[in-house]
Amino acid sequence: MNPLHWLTQFLQVLAALAAAPLFVGWINQCRAWLQNKSAPSMLQPYRGLRKLFYKDAVLATHASQLFRIAPYIVFGAMVSAAAVIPSLGTRLPFSDAADAIALVGLFAVARVFISLAAMDVGTAFGTLGARREMLVGFLAEPALLMVIFVASLISASTALPAISEGLATRTLALYPSLAFTGVAFVLVLLAENARIPVDNPATHLELTMIHEAMLLEYSARHLALMEWAAALKLFNYACIGFALFLPWGAATGAAPNPVVVLASVPILAIKLASAGAVLALIETISAKLRVFRAPEFLATAFLLAVLGLLVHLLLGA
Amino acid sequence: MTVASIEALPVCLALLAAWGLIGLAGLARPSGLALVSRVLFPLGALCGLALAVVAVASIAQPTEQQVLLIGLPDLPLHVRRDALTSVFLFLLGAASVGISIFSAGYFRAGEGAAPGLLCLQYHLFLASMGFVLLADDAYGFMVSWETMALASYFLVTTQHRIPDIRRAGFLYLLIAHMGAIAILLSFGVMQGGSWQFTFDAMRAATLSPAWAAVAFLLALFGFGAKAGLVPLHVWLPEAHPAAPSPVSALMSGVMLKTALYGTLRITFDLLGHPAWWWGLVPVALGLFTAVYGVVFAAAQTDMKRLLAFSSIENIGILFTGVGLTIVFLGVGMHAPAALAFIAVLYHAINHAFMKSLLFLGTGSVLHATGERNLGKLGGLIHRMPWVAWLTLIGALAIAGLPPLNGFVSEWLLLQAFLSAHEVPKSFVNMLLPLGAAIIALAAALAGYVMVKFFGVIFLGQPREASLSQAHDAGWMERIGLAWLAAGCVALGLMPTQVIALLSLIPKQLGIIDAMPVSSTWWHLVPVAGRQAAYAPLVFLLAMASTVALTVLLVSVFYHRRIRRSAPWDCGFGRLDARMQDTAEGFGQPIRHIFLPFFDMQRELPTPFDRAPHYRVSIGDRFWRLLYLPLAKLVQRIAEAVAWLQQGRISTYLLYSFVTLLVLLGLVL
Repeated sequence: MNPLHWLTQFLQVLAALAAAPLFVGWINQCRAWLQNKSAPSMLQPYRGLRKLFYKDAVLATHASQLFRIAPYIVFGAMVSAAAVIPSLGTRLPFSDAADAIALVGLFAVARVFISLAAMDVGTAFGTLGARREMLVGFLAEPALLMVIFVASLISASTALPAISEGLATRTLALYPSLAFTGVAFVLVLLAENARIPVDNPATHLELTMIHEAMLLEYSARHLALMEWAAALKLFNYACIGFALFLPWGAATGAAPNPVVVLASVPILAIKLASAGAVLALIETISAKLRVFRAPEFLATAFLLAVLGLLVHLLLGA
Repeated sequence: MTVASIEALPVCLALLAAWGLIGLAGLARPSGLALVSRVLFPLGALCGLALAVVAVASIAQPTEQQVLLIGLPDLPLHVRRDALTSVFLFLLGAASVGISIFSAGYFRAGEGAAPGLLCLQYHLFLASMGFVLLADDAYGFMVSWETMALASYFLVTTQHRIPDIRRAGFLYLLIAHMGAIAILLSFGVMQGGSWQFTFDAMRAATLSPAWAAVAFLLALFGFGAKAGLVPLHVWLPEAHPAAPSPVSALMSGVMLKTALYGTLRITFDLLGHPAWWWGLVPVALGLFTAVYGVVFAAAQTDMKRLLAFSSIENIGILFTGVGLTIVFLGVGMHAPAALAFIAVLYHAINHAFMKSLLFLGTGSVLHATGERNLGKLGGLIHRMPWVAWLTLIGALAIAGLPPLNGFVSEWLLLQAFLSAHEVPKSFVNMLLPLGAAIIALAAALAGYVMVKFFGVIFLGQPREASLSQAHDAGWMERIGLAWLAAGCVALGLMPTQVIALLSLIPKQLGIIDAMPVSSTWWHLVPVAGRQAAYAPLVFLLAMASTVALTVLLVSVFYHRRIRRSAPWDCGFGRLDARMQDTAEGFGQPIRHIFLPFFDMQRELPTPFDRAPHYRVSIGDRFWRLLYLPLAKLVQRIAEAVAWLQQGRISTYLLYSFVTLLVLLGLVL
């Protein structure tokens, strides 16, 4: 294995860990611009994490061991996911360990553990949040799998690097199946990352919150890991989106040019910056849905993805 | 030729006979518990272990056949062991090890039937399942099939003083026998006019395509009834929870797989060349069953009924895989056919471990608390840590989470679905890939169900004061649970080794002549040429090292201080266990989204009720749409026929006279 691949792998995990909070900060900044507000510094997420790590952890009296290990597992799952997704290069040494289906499974591991941890203390909010999270999850997961399935059919592989390389080398045109799945993917991304219109990351309004409700009992380092993991999740979803729908710019091939590897970092940064701006725009122009409407929103995503599959099978494009 | 020369078939027969003897030994002191739980059940577990070892060692061996000189005169029993049998014998043996050890600590005197009697029924049940797998003629198959049904019927009705359990047992027996009739008819069709009922004769018989299809559909009906394929599933959520937990585990984990074995045996071995369109029936039924089962599981409030519905879901997944195999095989796509076939076998083994583990876990909870209703449980992870953590493994596995075993088989099935668009039949090649969407939906819902199951029972605060008295399971029970949990982990981490063994079966049945799954020892690739890989060991290692590194870094750079305090109560000041989400609450969104599935009745309190009462009951639409009209029809036919029974001797003499005349007319 080319040492450059290992370097890319290392660089990629490091970049994900470092850039994920910044990505969140950037989205907040963009949203503030769009809404004529002044935003906190883009480095605010880092300061928050640093503060949390220094604090004493306060656990509920009857929290079990599961509650304590869950943040580490969720964080570990997100870091592993960041190692698999081809964001800087496609020939990653680690990408053979898990294909796209396993990646969806990895997200499911994180979701199940965060929900179980939320149920552990046994408060009303925690269990409510867990139920809603699983509700969103069970609809979003098959939709995401279908999105990946369409891409897999096109490139005859479920390995993300192969999909990404396959899509990058196709002739540039608007593929109807990818258009449908692209929309579906954006809907899934919004729902899975607790963004408007399914959840609102900025409020603690009891009746509507999902993600924050599950984290209510967490504090200090556990909360820091959970928040970092949430930022990583958003980062990972964005990178999956790039791998499927904007697959250009990552280092490809068995022996990539070192310049390409280095150039892939600023290219990823540009992609992330524009994706963040688009996300902020979506969040600004759409209103929060009632929780009961969230299943319809996700059913739409699922149907769009299935439609994309049908269109691909009908038209072969 | 040292290992190869060992004949596995006589050993298997001896072990099954040993199970029978162990059962009979239980009758020596039927009401005493010590002999049964200290000696007989552990001995039974040893037999199971030996059976599993022999089965694995014999998978690669050539087929063995034998004629046993027992049975009716001129009707000897034929037995046969090939790779397919070995896999299912392994499933039976390995799962029964955990269940038997658990049973040794579980059964108590004074609960329903006498321990000695239970021991007999239990081991007879095990032995008859083994004989179903080994039988090589219709006669032997049906005898052991019926023994299995009856033994399990008596086990289900262990607590026969409860009317609901008697009713559940009757429903089970009824549908089991409808299925048995269909299987018998299927054998009748397959003998193809030779009137030889050995399986060899059926393999040799050539049937017209129409008759072959009839035989297949009859077999599907018969085995589907035993497996719980919708719409023949109604007995399953009644009978499985009614039985004592180890028996529920055996029924869900193992007995349902004998029905799968029968389907595979008849379709791929006895009939031989299935037509591609046959596969569409099990695919359609299987997909519907999968979603139906998991949706109902999500709405349940009884922990054992929840698991029974989850079994229905898994049966759906298995039959979807069977159908997919038939379609691929029928159109000559051998590599995907083998992949789907392996996925089915893998999932069958996985489900045997996962579901047995979960049912045994509910057994421990039931013994510790006396409560099956999810609404009265909670917080048991503090009182029963062993049971909780081992059950968690089963719950995560059945939710299809990597790196455990449930994920591997679902991964294989999805990979098989990825080839479905290449089926050279129009419409089918477009509709079939949509099955992947439904499987994905069912798998994701299974995650929802398992979070509900585990979270409500083991996490949170105890919903009843009596739960603080709950005690953890005894060490026998722990060993049983740990065995099954270890199986879930091992099957999840070593898929290539398992698949290397399983791929011998499609090879032996002539589905394919090459290894379908190319892989190194740690790294799994579904179809040669397709770039897709899954390496669970690397996966686990990466996750574990990330977690360990994070723990280390956090404690080195920061600190590990912990303080305890009451949970945040929003200033309300009186948080109690009743404020947690309930099992009904967890089911609510599912009831809302999948409303057309349910036959739901609700009683809501009015604002003026002195004692407000909320009740919701969830029924099965198939009762009203299918079973009740059918029962009415049978009733009406019976009434019409009853007209013949006039109750006067002269009329009956007239019947005899007319019959004689007609017969004379025929003869002369």
